[in-house]
Amino acid sequence: MSQPAARLPLWVDFGLIPLLNLVAAFAVAGLVVALIGENPLDVARIILYGAFGYGEGVGFTLFYATNFIFTGLAVAVAFHAGLFNIGGEGQAYIGGLGVALVALGLDPYLPWWLLAPLAVIGAALFGALWAWIPAVLQAKRGSHIVITTIMFNFIAASLMAWLLVDVLNPGAGSMSPGTRFFDAEAVPPRLSEILAPFGVDLGGSPANLALVAAVLAALGVWLLLWRTRLGYEIRALGHNSSAAAYAGVPIARVIIIAMLISGALAGMMALNPVLGDQGRLLLEFPGGAGFVGIAVALMGRSHPLGVIFAALLFGMLYQGGSELAFEKPSISRDMLILIQGLVILFSGALENLFRPALARIFAPRAA
Amino acid sequence: MNLDKTEPTAVPAAIELIGVSKSFGPVKANSDIHLRVAKGAIHGIVGENGAGKSTLMSILYGFYQADSGEIRVNGQPVRIRDSQEAIRLGIGMVHQHFMLVENFTVLENVLLGAEGGALLGKGKAEARAKLAELAREHGLEVDPDALISDLPVGAQQRVEILKALTRGAEILILDEPTGVLTPDEADQLFEVLRQLRAEGKTVLIITHKLREIMAITDAVSVMRQGRMVGTVRTAETSPEQLAEMMVGRRVLLKVEKGPANPGPAALTVENLTLRDGAGVERLKNVSLTVRRGEIVGIAGVAGNGQSELLEAIAGLRRPTSGRILLDGTPIPHDPRALREMRLAHIPEDRHKMGLVLKFETRENSILGYHLDHRYGGALFDRAAIEAECQSQMEAYDVRPPNSRLKTANFSGGNQQKIVLAREFERGPHALLIGQPTRGVDIGAIEFIHRRIIEMRDAGKAILLVSVELDEIRSLSDRVLVMFDGRIVGERSPEADERELGLLMAGVTGAGERGAA
Amino acid sequence: MIRSTLFAVAVSALAAGGASAAGFKPAIVYDLGGKFDKSFNESAFTGATKFKEDTSVDFRDFEIQNDSQREQALSRFARQGFSPIVSVGFSHEGAVSKVAPQFPDTQFVIVDSVVDLPNVRSIVFKEHEGSYLAGVAATLASQTKKVGFVGGMDIALIRKFACGYVQGVKATDPAAEVFQNMTGTTGAAWADPVRGGELAKSQMARGADVVYHAAGGTGEGVLQAVADAGKLGIGVDKNQNALHPGHVLTSMVKRVDTAVYDTFKEAQAGEWTPGLRVFGLAEDGVALAVDENNQALITEEIAAAIDAAREGIISGEIAVHDYMTDSACPVQ
Repeated sequence: MSQPAARLPLWVDFGLIPLLNLVAAFAVAGLVVALIGENPLDVARIILYGAFGYGEGVGFTLFYATNFIFTGLAVAVAFHAGLFNIGGEGQAYIGGLGVALVALGLDPYLPWWLLAPLAVIGAALFGALWAWIPAVLQAKRGSHIVITTIMFNFIAASLMAWLLVDVLNPGAGSMSPGTRFFDAEAVPPRLSEILAPFGVDLGGSPANLALVAAVLAALGVWLLLWRTRLGYEIRALGHNSSAAAYAGVPIARVIIIAMLISGALAGMMALNPVLGDQGRLLLEFPGGAGFVGIAVALMGRSHPLGVIFAALLFGMLYQGGSELAFEKPSISRDMLILIQGLVILFSGALENLFRPALARIFAPRAA
Repeated sequence: MNLDKTEPTAVPAAIELIGVSKSFGPVKANSDIHLRVAKGAIHGIVGENGAGKSTLMSILYGFYQADSGEIRVNGQPVRIRDSQEAIRLGIGMVHQHFMLVENFTVLENVLLGAEGGALLGKGKAEARAKLAELAREHGLEVDPDALISDLPVGAQQRVEILKALTRGAEILILDEPTGVLTPDEADQLFEVLRQLRAEGKTVLIITHKLREIMAITDAVSVMRQGRMVGTVRTAETSPEQLAEMMVGRRVLLKVEKGPANPGPAALTVENLTLRDGAGVERLKNVSLTVRRGEIVGIAGVAGNGQSELLEAIAGLRRPTSGRILLDGTPIPHDPRALREMRLAHIPEDRHKMGLVLKFETRENSILGYHLDHRYGGALFDRAAIEAECQSQMEAYDVRPPNSRLKTANFSGGNQQKIVLAREFERGPHALLIGQPTRGVDIGAIEFIHRRIIEMRDAGKAILLVSVELDEIRSLSDRVLVMFDGRIVGERSPEADERELGLLMAGVTGAGERGAA
Repeated sequence: MIRSTLFAVAVSALAAGGASAAGFKPAIVYDLGGKFDKSFNESAFTGATKFKEDTSVDFRDFEIQNDSQREQALSRFARQGFSPIVSVGFSHEGAVSKVAPQFPDTQFVIVDSVVDLPNVRSIVFKEHEGSYLAGVAATLASQTKKVGFVGGMDIALIRKFACGYVQGVKATDPAAEVFQNMTGTTGAAWADPVRGGELAKSQMARGADVVYHAAGGTGEGVLQAVADAGKLGIGVDKNQNALHPGHVLTSMVKRVDTAVYDTFKEAQAGEWTPGLRVFGLAEDGVALAVDENNQALITEEIAAAIDAAREGIISGEIAVHDYMTDSACPVQ
């Protein structure tokens, strides 16, 4: 009585369906925009122009996308192991601590190109550490990872608030909860500086070398999942844990390793804002990127390439959205959040909205 | 052989389907189905998995709407939009997997969906009276206040039938009703069905067991690939003819095998006891030996410890006490190490355990052997994996021979061949085989049985678990019967079926009637 | 094509925005809390709105969503010729230090922090002084001699409020007890009235009968819970006396609105100067609000004590310790 699973051509599955979902999301968002008396086409133009129309806009889009690639990959790796890592936010936050400790400790001594690799390790290590405890609790005690990772987000927030207000705060000079600025020599150059000699103008955008790290991480995740034994075991576990047990996969160990990788990726997100942009660790710097990562992974079908594209889309929404806030004072910050929410709703939660109809049209004719 | 046109049409049929079609996307599950079920008859519907039987019954019961065609009940054209409508038309359904609330009593289950008001009191009293009356009439005795979870499977099925009858069912549809029953329980069910027929009720029974069709039905319709191949009178047909209609070619139902030539003991189980997570004893002091070159079959009704036995030997469950020896060495609790010791395991449920359905088939072709250095070091050697998969698919005639296709897209028989190829082709010394042909079409069954016999003749020790008694009897050289976690007896495969059936129901054979 | 169209749109929007005196196009960049945070961001918005009403000169504003937008917003406004540009909140400190040197002809203003640059005016408030007065009033109004403090997010600025408050309490009655709670450690702590109410209730359960809050939107829950229990609350930032007349003892107002209004005024008149502006009791930058809603609560005794303390602080006789100077508070 099982309904035959309709199979779709790849381009429909990975191209047309996400596109339709996006169009639907923007159509509904457009209705809302029209309701408050703005021209939806104008708004769409401003968003696109803001995100891709000029150098600084592109730079900001890439900057946000870098965050989302890392957190999206983090969620994707956990998804493949059948784990729902909601803790990207906290892992990124603690990853920032790793970056900051490396930078604060070594910035008098090392140039940026020596410090950056160490910061990558610090970020990954601290992010992984923060994922490790929920992972062990899941693997050995069966505590649900969704619950524990959410709780760890709160613990991370409290811990970091304490550290940034009471411990790492340079004190009298600065009011804002954060560390001191890292030495300018320790901060890697921005993409705008690197590309300027080539005639590319990214304006004052904060996009930096973390973007390169993010793309490398995506490549690494792809290799890991589809070209290595560990990736094979992770995917086997995620699709069918009984089959994984049958195949002799050490389940608890693979759960822990997958979460460590996931946490490390989330932690590396901190490289972008902390080391690459602000040059210091600020309170609440992840700003929800960990949660956006969930939507990015959903939309990108947990495939690294899909994650990159979805991250770019969300980067576009963020940067195009701020352009919109500049240009259209009547569109508030909350309206932008609404539009982002609609995209998440249509591409994530309502993923199967158009699937049945498309299945009728495109599925192979064989009986 | 086709009765559709010769049947006298003076009495309106209980059910008549005229040109019914149903598609799911591009898949035609039912295509131009014509069917007449005479009033007061037991009518069988047979066909392989995916032939469209279940879809057809779901259309009759209102779960699906036909895309085209007409349904007549007692000569009247009807539209069955949902199961409530079906019930109003006097159609009742007993599902393969019972739709009972385990922690409700019999009475509460019967009442469910027909409470007759916000307060239960009145409806309950009426249902109790009705239940007593039906039980008297049809010999369907069950304690109305017993909890479903306390009842044996046969009795639970009776509750399902009672549920249908209290709602006024005149036409009863049973989907694979004997799948979970012992032969003895099945016989009791058939008795009930015959009695219902005597009272003028119409019974439609869906099964893939030809033996039962021959035993109980008046007429039988055969489906193949969504089409109705034909309807024949049971008295005028034979299992061989039905099988041929189902598959579309001549099929060998009997397994050809020579006498076994057993060698030394390869697999020994000594006093194995196993408690599950909830502390329930699933295996109780089980001992057995499998020698090289023989097939030892474990017969039993599903859920009597066979699965646990297989999984314990395969290193997937840790026994509470006892020993398992492979070639004289105690086995480790580690499937990976066991594979290295040349113990192969065909799990009972290929979907749940044997395969990762969403994997490409080449990925499944190395499941469990994926750490083997043949398949690469830090990165997989994809050419080696591809070659491995191609050679497996060729050797086991897997169709389509496309190693990149997701395993979920293969038919049941081909999926099972993928598992078999993976496990058989690596030269195991001992084999654990669970339900080798469950959900497999008849053509593939023949192939799989032949391969198992070949493995035996090549000197492998084989432990076979199947709930199909016929399969156990035709493949095994010795038959052990399991009941309630114990091995309750050993018989020759030629032993009387009735005797084996009694053993499967517990040694005394009185369990079922006594419990109800 | 699109690019030029958009520029046209942008330019026309700008033209509309800064229609009046050339060179005077005021703008505000709010902090993460947003312009309707019922606290200092909103206060800045109120001041700017009042300026708009009085002078018919419109202003542009921007609510940032993340830290990276601070610089983006400032340099964007500067590039488009806006001046003065007011950054509300100490978190803008880094961005202002970075962007201001790039636009030496633009007037930048930062509220709640100090940036020492030739084209930046820094506006800070002596919250500890106002809070000290709140402590004095609370102690005198308290029957139990137990008073409470509910902070928003646990950061240095809020500890500065708390520290001034405690000093005021202890100076009035060394035996009086102060219960202190921070609502949380994240930005959500500014907008959690439920938790605010819970904290106030627990402090009242321990005997407190006056509770001072410095918690933004969270404080509404504090004042509500206190009013429901028939006790007294003390508002913050804006005059909150009217929220629960008779149950808000007073409000420690911080005149961000006045500061913004004055800055705009001076810039319009060409009298804007950079440098540090400290708004304490002497400058009426912080004060306790007395109006018809709380007149009955401020007895003569309380009023006299507040006045005495105020004069003492202004004259320097009373030194109120500022937590921010050494990240420590002399009294608990």
